Amino acid sequence: MRRTLLQGLLHRPLTEAAPRAEETAAVELAHALNTAAQRKLGRSLSIREIDAGSCNGCELEIHALNNAFYDLERFGLRFVASPRHADVLLVTGPVTQNMREALERTVRATPDPKWVVAVGACARDGGVFARSPACLGGVASVMPVDLVIHGCPPTPIDLLRGLLTLFAPGAAGRAQSS
Amino acid sequence: MSAPYRRTVVDAAGWDAAADAMEAGDTTLLSLWAEIGCVHLAVLDAEGIEILSLPCPDGYFPSIGRRHPPAIRLERAVRDLFGLEPEGLPDPRPWLDHGRWGDEAVPAAAYPFLPVEGEALHQIPVGPVHAGIIEPGHFRFTCDGETVVRLEARLGYVHKGIDRLLAGAPLARATKIAARVSGDSTVAYALGFAQAVEQAWGLAPPLRAVWLRAVMAELERLAHHLGDWGAICNDAAFSLMLAHCGVLREQVLRTAATCFGHRLMMDRVVPGGVAADLDAAGMAALQGLIAMLRARVPPLVKLYDDTASLQDRTVGTGRVSPALVAQFGAGGFVGRAAGRAFDARRATSYAPYDGLRFEVPVLQAGDVNARVWVRIREIEQSLSLLEQLLPGLPAGPVRIPPEDLPHGPAEGLALVEAFRGDLFVWVRLEAGQVQRCHFRDASWFQWPLLEAAIEGNIVADFPLCNKSFNCSYAGHDL
Ligand code: SF4
Repeated sequence: MRRTLLQGLLHRPLTEAAPRAEETAAVELAHALNTAAQRKLGRSLSIREIDAGSCNGCELEIHALNNAFYDLERFGLRFVASPRHADVLLVTGPVTQNMREALERTVRATPDPKWVVAVGACARDGGVFARSPACLGGVASVMPVDLVIHGCPPTPIDLLRGLLTLFAPGAAGRAQSS
Repeated sequence: MSAPYRRTVVDAAGWDAAADAMEAGDTTLLSLWAEIGCVHLAVLDAEGIEILSLPCPDGYFPSIGRRHPPAIRLERAVRDLFGLEPEGLPDPRPWLDHGRWGDEAVPAAAYPFLPVEGEALHQIPVGPVHAGIIEPGHFRFTCDGETVVRLEARLGYVHKGIDRLLAGAPLARATKIAARVSGDSTVAYALGFAQAVEQAWGLAPPLRAVWLRAVMAELERLAHHLGDWGAICNDAAFSLMLAHCGVLREQVLRTAATCFGHRLMMDRVVPGGVAADLDAAGMAALQGLIAMLRARVPPLVKLYDDTASLQDRTVGTGRVSPALVAQFGAGGFVGRAAGRAFDARRATSYAPYDGLRFEVPVLQAGDVNARVWVRIREIEQSLSLLEQLLPGLPAGPVRIPPEDLPHGPAEGLALVEAFRGDLFVWVRLEAGQVQRCHFRDASWFQWPLLEAAIEGNIVADFPLCNKSFNCSYAGHDL
């Protein structure tokens, strides 16, 4: 135990020890994202994830943003537990009939300004579940969407790139007020 | 090839006899599903898998759940989705149907949770939207002080109508849907679907494809076992393990992307073979991954084993009895941590596992700690399997061209081992399309046991217990 802890203290961080293309890209993207968010919000970005019927594949990749390779928190980007603390809502899944109300209530619980981001092919337009009567077919069918991040599922890098465009100067990303 | 099976059309008496056998513990329920006017039951006995089909032209069938509780939720789902009435069903509440599939203007009726009586009791409702990045479901805790006296789960929030989407879907589309029933088991689902289709049409996919499927399946198992291991320790407030396991897991996913072009290996297993071949660069990446894990996993095992504060949280927490596990036929680490030595790779020994050496780790304690240890042992087994698979990888084609696949009417099934347990798939094909396809995730028989596991534990240990089960919502809700 002590050895492992010591190693953890003495070793250089993974992201710097092995600066492969992917890691460098992640670092740059996350940096840029935080700077943009600071500019727009005056503080760091808080993100809340909502699964509105996903296959759970998108969740796996959103989760990966927290591992030591990406380590979003380094940049002040945080996943928060309550929608009341969130600026950005990452919504996954084709919006099932059974999740619709919970999704709407969660979004309503989020204070303005807020951005709704549809993550993945399902959230975009229902994906392979689009024809199902049990699904509404994408987040936009229930509420205005500020940004779509493509992929099935989007990789962690796709997610970072996507979030960045939300805050890029002159981007379509405008905050919603309800 | 996948598991051979018998299929018998029975009358009500034959149906009841099957319930008798399950109640007596002579056979294990594999699944129960329906189509219009007919209900099917899959059981596992000493001779293998048998499917019993009971025509029910009047819309009724005798409930199996009345005799054998593991069938109750499956029967509630059958009633919700196919309108067939299980006569004598002990729990007549809807399950996947939340009252939201009809007229939007009519508000859904409140779900009648089980009544509780007792002066000191209070309830804690949680979900469907949870605090973390996880799937939605509702948990209703009834507590006496800190102690949970009952947990009742309500699921179905991510029901996407998969049964209906698959009915009439051309094979290519159905294959994509199958790969998205539960994203964390995308390889296992695609494998189960492919095996069932291949059994139906009597196809033997190229040998190299069969081996590559196993490579992918073991990579998927490694990724999720590593992820779960870290996440369970994190829920016991030991985040160091999460950090280490998270790094290893990420490296498995990156290797998967290098080898097969997708981090989760989605859409890579298809009926007739695989849609991605392993090249020299991929092979080298895999060998590097195995060497890295062989070096990095043992110190973490030691760390887990040596950390008393961690063991203090996991040992004795969330215990499930071997009797309950046996009754429910619970698979995966939930079953194997409580004495049920069942692994589909061994039980039906589908290729290439019939020619590979591996152990099926089984423990008795049935607590969080045992579920962690089963995962640790299985990480070691998956590494050993990969070490056997890579040097022996046969040469040759990896796929029967889609245009060469047959079209005729046929039925097939498969039982494959996903990372969380055995996955049952049954398919009926016609004219190159899926007519009916049924998936039964391992979670169906694990979710009810989570409710039993938490009883008598403190509320604060629920995340720990829940993570040690890591049931699929998507795979269950369909
Ligand atoms: S976009 Fe793909 S990975 Fe994400 S929820 Fe949909 S099917 Fe799953």
